Order: sequence, then C-alpha cells, then structure tokens
Amino acid sequence: MRYLPHTPEEIAEMLARIGIESLDGLFAHIPEDCRRKTALNLPAPLTEWELNAHMDALADSMAASPRHKIFMGAGSYEHFIPEIIRQLLLRAEFFTAYTPYQPEISQGTLQTIYEYQTLVTRLLGMDVANASMYDGASALAEALLMAVRISKRKTVAVSRAIHPSYRRVVQTYFAPTGVGIIELPYGADGRTDLAAIGDFGELAAVALQSPNFFGCIENLGTTAASLNADPKTLFVVAFSEPLAYGLLKNPGACGADIVCGEGQSFGIPRSFGGPGLGMFATQMQYLRNMPGRLVGQTTDQEGRRGFVLTLATREQHIRRERATSNICTNQGLCATAATMYMAALGGTGIRRLARLNHDRAEYLKHALGGAGFQAPFAAPTFNEFVVRAPEEFSRKRLALMDQGTVAGLPLGDIYPELKDHYLFCATETITKADMDTLVKEVIA
Amino acid sequence: MTASVGTTGLIFNEPLLWERGAKGRCGVSLPRQDVDHRPLDPTLTGEGPDFPDLSEVDVVRHFTRLSQWNFAVDSNMYPLGSCTMKYNPKTHERQAALPGFAGAHPLLPQKLAQGALKIMFQLERFLAEVTGLPAVSLQPAAGSQGELTGMLIFYAHHKANGRPRSKVLIPDTAHGTNPASAALCGFKAVTVASNQRGILSPRAVADLMDEETAGIMVTNPNTLGLFEDNIRQVAEVVHAKGGLVYADGANMNAIMGIVDMAEMGVDILHLNLHKTFSTPHGGGGPGSGPVCVTQDLERFLPVPRVVERPEGYRLSYDHPESIGKVHAFYGNFGIVLRAYSYILSLGPDLKRVSQLAVLNASYIKAALQDRFHLPYNRPCMHECVFTDKYQEASKVTTLDMAKRLMDYGFHPPTIYFPLVVHGAIMIEPTESESKETLDAFIAAMHAIADEAAESPQLLRSAPRNPKVSRLDETAAARKPCLCG
Repeated sequence: MRYLPHTPEEIAEMLARIGIESLDGLFAHIPEDCRRKTALNLPAPLTEWELNAHMDALADSMAASPRHKIFMGAGSYEHFIPEIIRQLLLRAEFFTAYTPYQPEISQGTLQTIYEYQTLVTRLLGMDVANASMYDGASALAEALLMAVRISKRKTVAVSRAIHPSYRRVVQTYFAPTGVGIIELPYGADGRTDLAAIGDFGELAAVALQSPNFFGCIENLGTTAASLNADPKTLFVVAFSEPLAYGLLKNPGACGADIVCGEGQSFGIPRSFGGPGLGMFATQMQYLRNMPGRLVGQTTDQEGRRGFVLTLATREQHIRRERATSNICTNQGLCATAATMYMAALGGTGIRRLARLNHDRAEYLKHALGGAGFQAPFAAPTFNEFVVRAPEEFSRKRLALMDQGTVAGLPLGDIYPELKDHYLFCATETITKADMDTLVKEVIA
Repeated sequence: MTASVGTTGLIFNEPLLWERGAKGRCGVSLPRQDVDHRPLDPTLTGEGPDFPDLSEVDVVRHFTRLSQWNFAVDSNMYPLGSCTMKYNPKTHERQAALPGFAGAHPLLPQKLAQGALKIMFQLERFLAEVTGLPAVSLQPAAGSQGELTGMLIFYAHHKANGRPRSKVLIPDTAHGTNPASAALCGFKAVTVASNQRGILSPRAVADLMDEETAGIMVTNPNTLGLFEDNIRQVAEVVHAKGGLVYADGANMNAIMGIVDMAEMGVDILHLNLHKTFSTPHGGGGPGSGPVCVTQDLERFLPVPRVVERPEGYRLSYDHPESIGKVHAFYGNFGIVLRAYSYILSLGPDLKRVSQLAVLNASYIKAALQDRFHLPYNRPCMHECVFTDKYQEASKVTTLDMAKRLMDYGFHPPTIYFPLVVHGAIMIEPTESESKETLDAFIAAMHAIADEAAESPQLLRSAPRNPKVSRLDETAAARKPCLCG
C-alpha cells in the first residue's frame, strides 16, 4: 500500500530493536477478552484508478450545477468560488497543518485567522470574532448558552422565522440544561412578531435571524430598541447568508450583543451541507464568556509582530468542566477559505455582488408574480423569498425535476400553515436567461 | 547539527491584508448585471464592510507567503501526540472536488442525491465493522461534538429509564473535551485517579460508581499511549450500577482490526475521521466525529438516519426517541467522503495501519528511553510519553526541547499533556513515517539531549530557524489585540 512505507526488512530491524519477534507481539499485552475474533470484513482495497471510477459514478448520480439548475437556498447557497481559493487552500502548508499550538512554525495559519477575525468583525459590526464554530446551527446554540451564562437567566426566546434546523439543534443542546425555549411567531409581513415579548418574564436572550428563513430582512434596529426595556436580555442575531451584509446595515450597528451564523457562502462549496463555517462575534464586554478559539497579536523576542492562540483560560484544555464550550477542533480551513474570499471580493466587490444577488432575486420574484405566484410576505428580501404557488405547480415541479431543475423548496412539511408555499433562491450564479427559462416552463 | 533536515531559506515578509491593496481593486470576476437595479428600503441598508480592495495577484501572493510560514505534515514528521498527524492522500481532494459532491445542495430531493446517501450509508457500515458497534451516526462535526452527542445519549437513556443521573466519571488522563462535554449536558465531572501503572483500576471506579452516576468516559488506548487492560472489569462495574460506558476514540489508530469495542464493554464511541481516517487537519479543522453505539442505544442517535429501502437510500426522521440534531444538515459530508475514500483504498489493510503505527511508536520508545525519562515503562500503543526529568539538572524544560526540535526540522510532540505527567512529551509518529524519517527524528532527539547537557542556553533561546522567535503569550493575554 503506497501510504505505508515499511519494507519487510525494515520491519524486522525495528522489531529487533524493540525486542519483539512479530508485529502481533506488539499487541500481546492486550487482554484476550477485548480482542476481535474475526478479520476486518471490508471490501478489498481499490487502486487509485478504481477509486476514481467508483467515485465518478457516485458523483454522477448527484444533481449539481451547471448540469442542473437549483433554485434553492434555505441555508446553503450556490455562489461562484474563484479558482484562486481552491488552489490556495490546497497549499499543503495550510491544508496539512493542525491547530497552531506551536506559534513559531504556525504563523501562516495564525495571521490568516487573525485576518479572518478582523474581517468578520468588520462585516458584522462587532468588537471581536472567534476563530470559528462548526456551523450556523451550533453557533446559535452556543450563542444562546453564552447568553444564559451572562444573564444567569433560565429562558430564551427564539423566532420561528429562524432556520428550522438551527432551532432543532438549539433544542437538542438545551434538552439537558433545564433552560426554557419560547418560540416567537412570525407576523403577516414575514418578520418576527415581537408584540408578546413583554409577557415572557425575564429572558436571557431574544434571537432573530436576518435575512430570516423566509428571506425577509428583519427590522433589527426596531427590535433592539424594543428590548431596551430589559437591559439584561441579550439580543442575538443569527444569519445563514452573510453576503447580505455586503448591502444591509450590519447587526452591530443595529444593537446586537451576539451575532452568529453560517459562513458557507464565502468561498466554501455546499458539499451536501458540510463542512461549513460557524461565524461568531460579540461585544468586548462579553469576551471572557465567549466560546471558541481566539488568535491575538503579540511580539517575539526581537520585537517583531507575531500571532498566538490566546485567552485559552476560557477553553476546555485548560478550564476542563468549567470551560465556556467543549469545542476543540473547529472549521479552520473553512475560515481560511472565507478569509481568502472576503479578501478577493474586497469592500467594493462585496457590495456589488450583494447588490446583484438582491437584484436577481427581485427579478425572479416579479417574474413569478407574473406567472400567477403570490408573494405572501411584504417585508423586503435579499436573495431568497417565499411564494404561494398556483395549484398545478406541485405537479409541474416534479416534471421540472426530471429535466434537472429544482424549482424551490416546499415549505408545507416544515410549516404546516404554509402548504403550497415555496422558498425560492437566486444568487449571482442564476442568470436572467435561467430565470426566464424557469418562468416559461412554469407557465407552459 | 550539520546533517539536519531543518535549514533556513528565503521566505517573504508580508503585511496584514488591510495594509496592502488600493481602493477600487477587486480579485473576483463579478458576473454581469443582466437585470435592472431594484431599490431596497434605505433604512435597512448600510455602508458595506470596510474590507481592503485587492487584486487577484495581491491575494495569491499574500496567502502563498503566509503559507510558507507554516509547518505541515507534507513538510516533515509532525508527531503531535493524540492528534494522529498521518499523511493525507491527495486523491481524497480529487474526490471531494467532484462537482456532484462539492456542488450538492443538502436539501436536494433524495432521488437526486443517491450517491451522497450511499456514501453515508456505506461508511456507517464500514465504521460499524471497524469498531464492533453496530449503529452509527455521521452527524457530529468533530470529536468534541461526538462527545456531546454521547453525553446527550447518556442523558436520554437515563431519562427514558425514568431516572436522570447527575454525574459522569472521567479519568485524570482524559482530554479536556471530556469533562467540558459532560458539563455541557449538566453532568458533574468526577475525576478518577489512574493507578501507578497509568491506567484505571476497577476498584477506583467501583469506589466512585453509584446510581447517581450516568456512566464513565474512557479513552482507550489512553493519553499515556497505554492500553486500559482493565476495561472489561471497569465496564462490568459501571454496567452493574446501571451506568453506560463511553469511549473516546481519539486513539483508534492503535487498534483497528485488533480490538472489538463492543467486546470491551463500550456502549458509545466517537471516532475522529480527521485523525484515524486521514482527512486533512486544515490548520484546525474541519473534522468529523461520528458516533457508534450498541443496538440498544440506536434509537437515540441524531436524525436524520440514512436508511436503505427498495427504492433507494432515504433520510429518515421518524425516530421519536432521537436526541434531535447537532448539525444543520448531516455533518461534514465533505470530510465523510474523504474517510470513505481512505477506507476503500485500504480495506482490511487498516489492521496493518494500526500495526505499523504501534511499531513506529514502540521503536521511538526503545530508541529514546535511555536519554529521556519514561514515566510508565510498559508496552506502548500508537504513542509514547516521556518527561524532562533527566534534563532537570541542566535546567532545560520540555518547552525548550520542543522549541529546539523546530530547528532540526521537526514539529514538536504534544507537550505538558497528559496533565498527570510532569513535563510530558507525547510522541505519536503515525504509520506514515518511514524508518529513515524515524531515525532522523531519533538522531535529533539525541542531539538535543546532548545539547541540554553541554549547551543548555542553545535550547533556552530556541528556536532560531523559524520566521519568528518565541512569542510573548503573556502580553497577548494581558492586553488582547484580537482584530486589526
């Protein structure tokens, strides 16, 4: 096997040095009752070329662009990924290193993560961002746990317009904690309805997503103002589409205490849902309660600038059961990809790309409106939106699927009251021609 | 150090991203504006983020230069104990980049996602075969999330039995993630002292195990690189009081094809695909932390489960006793498919992987034990733990020796862990290293032992070859500068 360098002669020499006769002898001390009784029943090894053929066939069965047109976002977005990102990420010095425990020989990773932290704070308008969490869902769960630690309160309020999977993950993390979760309804305009917020007593946190699961842009500034009545309640803002903040007022400017979400849109392929990137940022006053790794700037013995992992006393390898989180390995390479992507776009580019996403989705929204689809929610949207489809659409959607087009995500299974409603998405990868074709096929 | 692999060469200074570039540059080919601009409520819009504007060349140079300041497995041996820094096959990157996988939306209609579902289904079966535990979930995104999943199953199991429990036993050799994961689920972590042989004694466990205790978390082989010989008896003690046994599979690379986790009495085990199954560590992830359980506990695994039906593979949510979800979708599928490729490339040779990993660690142990203090002189598994005791007289520490190893061109081992060993040096070579690389590492360690005795200042001022010298970590923590 080409990954295993040992020749029989070398193995014999090494065993002689150890003073053991055979490879089996290395395991002689393992008690009989712990041992496997049978050989590993796994398929015979494939050559590199057989593996390629096998994986090609499996990949071929998947619907992916450009062969297929997927008008679906819902927490996983198709954006163009510049070739430079793929190639720079494959630099083995980034790719095959680990957590930068030894800073003198990890400055590449450390400076990159410092740059990541900086660009994320600038994107979200916050003071400090960590080196990443697993994904948007676990980042939200950790944000709410952090709010519970800070406020020492036992109830959180979570909008029903937050991604359903994120809410399910929050429920899972919270099951053994005894902390109550209140669901805030959404209103007729598709935004979270906060009218009843005063009825829930002392809340540790109020969490909204913007743009929310329906694509609607929440009115974060108004929400923050309405939470001012109880200064101990933390305002948590989640997101699944960070590109929106190329255009929208950032959550920090709107008064958010913790901002968390999914960064997959920034140079990371969808890969059937993972790996993605949990982005996490907060205000400086909450720094010591923050989960996850942090990189900080310092100097070496000659006074040169350098970077290290810092404030580790919050973390599990030092604080053990009193740590702010159990996270160890995070999504380092995905954070690296996001840094490269943000750097390549730049301030000018992200604004233009965000604008194009908005304009394309608006075009599709209006074109579908002309084809008998209704827009049930009045709130402005970014690059996805909900429509109520004419009755015959569900049949047409299946026919379109056979032609390689996935026309929106049906919402009835997730929100029973939204039967016949679909969540459509159009990013910069969907051209006007694609949208015109879709609408023509829907009308036909 | 004449024949050392470590040397110096031309690298480049490189400023921070926002210290270069010019307003108006863009490194991305922006798609054309083929639709009209549509207005958006100006009360919702902002200025956009203050990102530097860079050209494509700016970005390429920047990250190429940064990359050259890193040590990596592809550069040389990276014997970071407990992290299993083995070679990451290049073919995995080809497979993960196939458009059908990289471009797959997670909510695709299932008939359009059969390839991905088949990979998940088959990898679950392979991991069940390797561990001996029949039911598997690939959803946890890394080892510590696998631990959390395991602790949530502890909680769900005892709750289903009508009697929630409040404590979890954790050996003093455990990774910090173990007590942190238990605490996240509301359990009190109770430390079990390991014995003079560096392992758990059934009596120590029996003294602490009661009907308030949900179970035990054991790493086997443990972080001293020792096999927990008493694991069967420990499991019996825990099971007799109605507890469960959780195994941290971080060190699975030592025992594939050799040990059966179910026979050992394990109820729940997590694996680190980025360690044992050779997916790239990426400068700190992404990882993947599948959880394997007994038939009895299968009902608690996260949803969705991948099932095989006559019409094809399906995602099934109909598991009312499931703990729920720990990931927005199905976990780190991109990592899962690399591990799948690894297993398909090796098949039953996975046993040989473990044999050679243990051979390499045992060889290093034999070659270094005259020069470095070995706190537990017993047969080691995939890693061996030394200390700086023999160098104390020269006032040279583990840290000094670790830093000096960089000058010789090796990544230092894990240091000062496990906590039960004073000045620990934890060496995990992995099976990827050839005898000649091991011999070079051993020679470097011998040279360092000589230097510690003869010119200790050389070690205290190390490293000299990397781009920066020792960094002021105290100042970094005292006055945090976390963004620019």
